[in-house]
Amino acid sequence: MTRSFLGWPAFPEAAEREVGNRQLRENLGRATGTIRGKRALLAAERPDWEQLRDSAAAIKDQVLAGLEQYLLQVEEKVTAAGGTVHWARDAAEANRIVTDLVRATGEREVVKVKSMLTEEIGLDAALEAAGISARETDLAAAIVQLGDDLPSHVVVPALHRNRTEIRDIFVREMGRHGRPAPEGLTDDPAELADAARLHLREKFLGAKVAVSGANFVVAETGTLVVVESEGNGRMCLTLADTLISVVGIEKTVPTWADLEVFLQLLARNATGERMSPYTSTWTGTTDGDGPRAFHLVLVDNGRTRALADPVGRQALRCIRCGACMNTCPVYRRTGGHAYGSVYPGPIGAILNPLLKGLDEEQTASLPYASTLCGACNEVCPVRIRFTDVLLDLRAQVADGGKHPVERAALGAVGAVMARPAAWKAAVKGAGLVGPLLPARTPVPGWTDNRALPDVPRESFRSWWKRNEGERA
Amino acid sequence: MTAAREEILRRIRAAAVPPAPEPPRHYLRHAPGLDPDDREAVLALFVERLEEYGAEVLRTDRPGPAVARVLAAQGARSLVVPDGVPAEWTADWDGRVRTDRPPLGKAELDATDAVLTGCAAAVADSGTLVLDGGPGQGRRAATLLPDLHVCVVRAEQVRSALPGALARLDPARPLTFVSGPSATADIEMIRVKGVHGPRRLAVVLLS
Amino acid sequence: MPPNPPRPRTALFVTCLNDTLFPGAGRATVTLLRRLGVEVDFPAAQSCCGQMHFNTGYRKETARLARHFVDTFADYEEIVVPSASCAGTPVEAYPLAAEAAGDRGLARAVAELAPRVVELTRYLTDRLGVEQVGAHFPHRVTYHPTCHSLRATGLGERPHRLLRAVAGIDYVELPAAEECCGFGGTFAVKNPAVSGAMNGDKARHVLETGAHVLAAVDSSCLMNIGGRLTRDGHRVRTLHLAEILARTEQDGPLPGVPVVEAAR
Repeated sequence: MTRSFLGWPAFPEAAEREVGNRQLRENLGRATGTIRGKRALLAAERPDWEQLRDSAAAIKDQVLAGLEQYLLQVEEKVTAAGGTVHWARDAAEANRIVTDLVRATGEREVVKVKSMLTEEIGLDAALEAAGISARETDLAAAIVQLGDDLPSHVVVPALHRNRTEIRDIFVREMGRHGRPAPEGLTDDPAELADAARLHLREKFLGAKVAVSGANFVVAETGTLVVVESEGNGRMCLTLADTLISVVGIEKTVPTWADLEVFLQLLARNATGERMSPYTSTWTGTTDGDGPRAFHLVLVDNGRTRALADPVGRQALRCIRCGACMNTCPVYRRTGGHAYGSVYPGPIGAILNPLLKGLDEEQTASLPYASTLCGACNEVCPVRIRFTDVLLDLRAQVADGGKHPVERAALGAVGAVMARPAAWKAAVKGAGLVGPLLPARTPVPGWTDNRALPDVPRESFRSWWKRNEGERA
Repeated sequence: MTAAREEILRRIRAAAVPPAPEPPRHYLRHAPGLDPDDREAVLALFVERLEEYGAEVLRTDRPGPAVARVLAAQGARSLVVPDGVPAEWTADWDGRVRTDRPPLGKAELDATDAVLTGCAAAVADSGTLVLDGGPGQGRRAATLLPDLHVCVVRAEQVRSALPGALARLDPARPLTFVSGPSATADIEMIRVKGVHGPRRLAVVLLS
Repeated sequence: MPPNPPRPRTALFVTCLNDTLFPGAGRATVTLLRRLGVEVDFPAAQSCCGQMHFNTGYRKETARLARHFVDTFADYEEIVVPSASCAGTPVEAYPLAAEAAGDRGLARAVAELAPRVVELTRYLTDRLGVEQVGAHFPHRVTYHPTCHSLRATGLGERPHRLLRAVAGIDYVELPAAEECCGFGGTFAVKNPAVSGAMNGDKARHVLETGAHVLAAVDSSCLMNIGGRLTRDGHRVRTLHLAEILARTEQDGPLPGVPVVEAAR
């Protein structure tokens, strides 16, 4: 059984549940603390950091402005290099294409390189329904899969798990899917990584079909790029006979030289490294080296919807470094599951509504899953203005009449505030605390964990009037 | 011409994204704080970065003895040598040398202790080696399955930063950029060296 | 007709929150500015900048308040605001609100007025060019840089410089100072559990400093943190930065707040 985010509760409810989990908060605090420290050091090392960000944002904007032309170029170049290009409008279509491609090989097991897009479209479950077993090979993705869990971070999907929990999952589950965990496995991270190496080795050596995503697709050359640390990506991209890469249409970059910008930003911002241990690039197929068949599945699944949003389209610049979630004070307390999507944190709060629309309560709750503190704006390598997009999405929610009661209340308050006489009366009137809140009444949410301020005996304007009267 | 393709392209046109300005390119083309013409400084940085990764680095003008020393020190007894590796590089080693012709099976590669290659380019700033499958570098599987990768880098192949290396590479070839041994930070974001890729990396820098 | 006295050209926009709940911040701002020779007026028609409406998504309602703001302050040369977040509203929110309302006239008026709206700290350091404002405050103080002051309006070290120049003060840095306190306007009531967790950490950091006074340039965030400290039974006072800067040696120590050793 594969779990999914289908029917997930809206953010406030899901977040309340997660925030009460002390172990989770501890795990999150420790992991994000470690990574933020490393990232800060590595970003500070580049005197041209801001210039790299300027370039990255502008290159991605160029991609979005010329997306049709770039995708056609990708199609042409990949085809010329021996690959086959497929187009998928939505998740179901993408899953169908991949399932058919795997079936055509006659294989019943595929190995996977971690890909958030395949998580987004629920590919593992679709393959399982077709009798095909998809094994995740990235350590964190494997932890999530073995634990029948859900990803909580775009770079480290098992960020919410600590070493002891991971050890327990390995001991319990590995044997059911292949080589069992070694006897006497401890929770030492090096030992755990070694257990994963042994468990997955036989899968790699036997793999006939691999499924990957891509970090970038270079339009001018038709080259795909996968950035990874463990070597599981290299295993999948190299050892299988058939490689199927499922890639969002926004992953395009115009030129080979553009990679110099993104490859210098990505690892520094994502994991606090100058480069990730392995970056693999390939263009179609190569005789005598690697897969004999290569399929590229270009997926829309809401990306063109996001593209049509003048403010929101900047979210499609995202290169999935995860820095926004590592720095987000909300994410660091709720973890990723609260966002009900494989894209959590600030990027999730904007990307999910942009991809799926605001009709569901769950997606409509996400733009409010932020204090607008702006920490994400500062770390984003492609300069997404998260707060601008959050505010714009909130306006779309409000305009869509999602919160009629709130609208009526704020409308009434606004009407009072815009009429001086009414406002003065309201301020003077007994018991009005602030613009909205009746005094001494528990305020749902506020008084759960805070006292209300004391009501002053005299408003500022009364003091001014008295004081100015004396001065005159 | 599938319906999906036409529909996606139509949606993109309908999104009516306004033209974007030409991107600025004001970032550094070389490693920060380093004179790119100071070759000794570039090589010193390269060595420093590799050593930070835990890679073993030997600087020498005689590759044969250096390769033999690394292999012996790491306890390797069998070695894959792709076509195009100069005979001189393995001349001083008395362990078992296997060529990759006809191509070795995955299990055979997996059972071999080490692989010896040259490279297509290297980057000092990030301690990166780039393999492009050209002569002396082998196919990708051969540099992936053995647990020890010994890479011989000629000093003139080392660029100070990534832009200089990318410009010299051919994207039509399958490229592997290696920046240290395989690693993971998937458990509590703590870096652990050695997962699926070669767990040990040694570099012989020829100058 | 008797000649009217010249009207001050500097207006105080006190903000609705300070007007109703934290009048001390407004009074202190007036006291401080007068001490520095600035004659400040309080146009009584003023109400709320509309930030809460804007941040919740109600742009047309914000436009109505923007028109009112423009009408109220159009004649002043400078509008001083003792709140970083409210001072940001005319710059950040009004153009978008005017656009949403399709009101080009408002957009023009806002573009003309917004550069004259200045947050108090920046007004002191950049317009008046002072850091030493003659204040005396013999207490242990820590300072929370609110998100808006830190990231949206970029006040940087200005508030810290002003505080360090206060005579008698025992200024201590707040750990994890740049972390949001969890207020976020309606976030505090829409996501109370997360907001409470963030606020709890902020309150803990405040207590770690041993400070008796927590200062900030936004009364909203102070209300949030202060509410937590009070509920948990701690006696840390929350004060707007202006309330510290306004006090002089003649005023003596703040009653009810421990006096620091060095100043005794």
